[in-house]
Amino acid sequence: MRAMVYRGPYKIRVEDKPMPRIEHPNDAIVRVTTAAICGSDLHLYHGLMPDTRVGSTFGHEFVGVVHEVGPSVQNLSVGDRVMVPFNIYCGTCFFCARGLYSNCHNVNPNATAVGGIYGYSHTTGGYDGGQAEYVRVPFADVGPTLVPDWMDEEDAVLCTDALATGYFGAQLADVVEGDVVVVLGAGPVGLFAARSAWLMGAGRVIVVDHLAERLAKAREFAFAETIDFTEHRDVVVELKRTTGGLGADRVIDAVGAEADGNLLQHVTAVTLKLQGGSPVALNWAIDAVRKGGTVSVMGAYGPMFSAVKFGDAMNKGLTLRMNQAPVKRQWPRLFEHIRSGYLTPSDIVTHRIPLEHIAEGYHLFSSKLDGCIKPLVVPSAT
Amino acid sequence: MPYTADKPPLPQTPDQLRARIPGWGADLDPADRPSVPREVRGLDTGAHWELPEQQEEHVPRERSVEHTRLTPVFGTSVPLKGLSGAVRRLSYARFSEGRAAHWLLLLAADRVDAVESHLTALVRLHPDDPVTETGIRAELSAGPLSSRRGRVDVRHQVLDPVVVVGPWVVAGVIGYRAVRSVVRRARREA
Repeated sequence: MRAMVYRGPYKIRVEDKPMPRIEHPNDAIVRVTTAAICGSDLHLYHGLMPDTRVGSTFGHEFVGVVHEVGPSVQNLSVGDRVMVPFNIYCGTCFFCARGLYSNCHNVNPNATAVGGIYGYSHTTGGYDGGQAEYVRVPFADVGPTLVPDWMDEEDAVLCTDALATGYFGAQLADVVEGDVVVVLGAGPVGLFAARSAWLMGAGRVIVVDHLAERLAKAREFAFAETIDFTEHRDVVVELKRTTGGLGADRVIDAVGAEADGNLLQHVTAVTLKLQGGSPVALNWAIDAVRKGGTVSVMGAYGPMFSAVKFGDAMNKGLTLRMNQAPVKRQWPRLFEHIRSGYLTPSDIVTHRIPLEHIAEGYHLFSSKLDGCIKPLVVPSAT
Repeated sequence: MPYTADKPPLPQTPDQLRARIPGWGADLDPADRPSVPREVRGLDTGAHWELPEQQEEHVPRERSVEHTRLTPVFGTSVPLKGLSGAVRRLSYARFSEGRAAHWLLLLAADRVDAVESHLTALVRLHPDDPVTETGIRAELSAGPLSSRRGRVDVRHQVLDPVVVVGPWVVAGVIGYRAVRSVVRRARREA
């Protein structure tokens, strides 16, 4: 089969790889019909995530058709059209039994601090991902769900991570009616978090970024006020000014490890890999939220330390909430919102790339060229 | 603005927001949200086991020293191999996730892996192609100048090519010097 293969930082190619095999009785093999490149895939692409091995296939957002099932699979059949959450999880360990699907203890031998994720390095379990024609899906009775008949393929693929993560981020921010919510980052997760904050009753939503086309999308898609942080000498002062000097009630970090806005932080974290991630957005969140407020962290960081302003977080009495999203817990509600027209995920898709051209897709997305906000990968396209 | 007990006024009322934004307030009740409470028992996950069956371990599988056992299911995408595999094996066997040494060794192994893999690909006559593999050809149709005009991140993007091309240049210089040294020694002996 054809698959995207990592060749080292900033280098990928498409190769013939052996077909994935059933390796556990509850495995399924899924033929991928649409996948996506996630902003967090860029951390792998840039060589930021430890134990990203040459030869691995990325991709944790994908939908497809069941091609083969293992002998213990009961809930899926060959030919089913399925959407697969980015979390790999067993459904019965201590954490899964409490709904913490993203923290499963039974799927990742390489680390106890993170669960299993498709195509996201050996630090998350060493599974190949869905930027390929076929992919192995462990615990097929637990993770995948049939795509509802009425649901669009592109809406479905965005439910597997970006939409669920953005919506989960707004929940973790504890948004209540009338809150002023600041979202740092106008990428897909930030756009969805901003849109979700309204569903939870936000009184103002302000999105911060520096890319004009993303800020335009935040105004048009997420109905948000926007701030271009490059237009202000200190964006924290601007956020304080626009919130009456208090700060925002809730701030959502939807940027993560490769935040711009501070050259020293960026170069030490992203170029030199001396930090687990550039904590610029996280530090802005801590500074810009009001005392007693909540910071929700949806941005992905590496497992190493980062230079976070923890003293201010303590002095301000902040609540810091974070986790990888337990995707499937969000789905019933997200399906309702999509069907009602309250959420329109595929509106943010900007590029559809054939698998054979995925290297160009990564470059486009990584360098933020051509207004790229969300690229999808279509294995069957030419 | 004076610092009083009042919250600064919002630009729009709830009714105005409801009229402007599709679904405003649909999840207004904080208790009625999918991940509230965060930990909850009794969800139907679809699992029909108490402990999953163990996936067969065909080759020794590295694991965190913080795990008490090999997990029932694990990825098999790229088994350990070569010098990078030895470094990774050492990192997993020796250091917990709480130690910087663990992660720094894994990052070092990633760089070694890239060099090993480039050399292996060369030997197998399927060498890496920096042009196609970096996707740089996307620049041709993506408005490289207009897309970057005025962007703050362009400053560090200047460094990105150095990070990508740097190891090739260093390897080239080392290779050139090695060859030159061998040639000179051969000439002297002749």
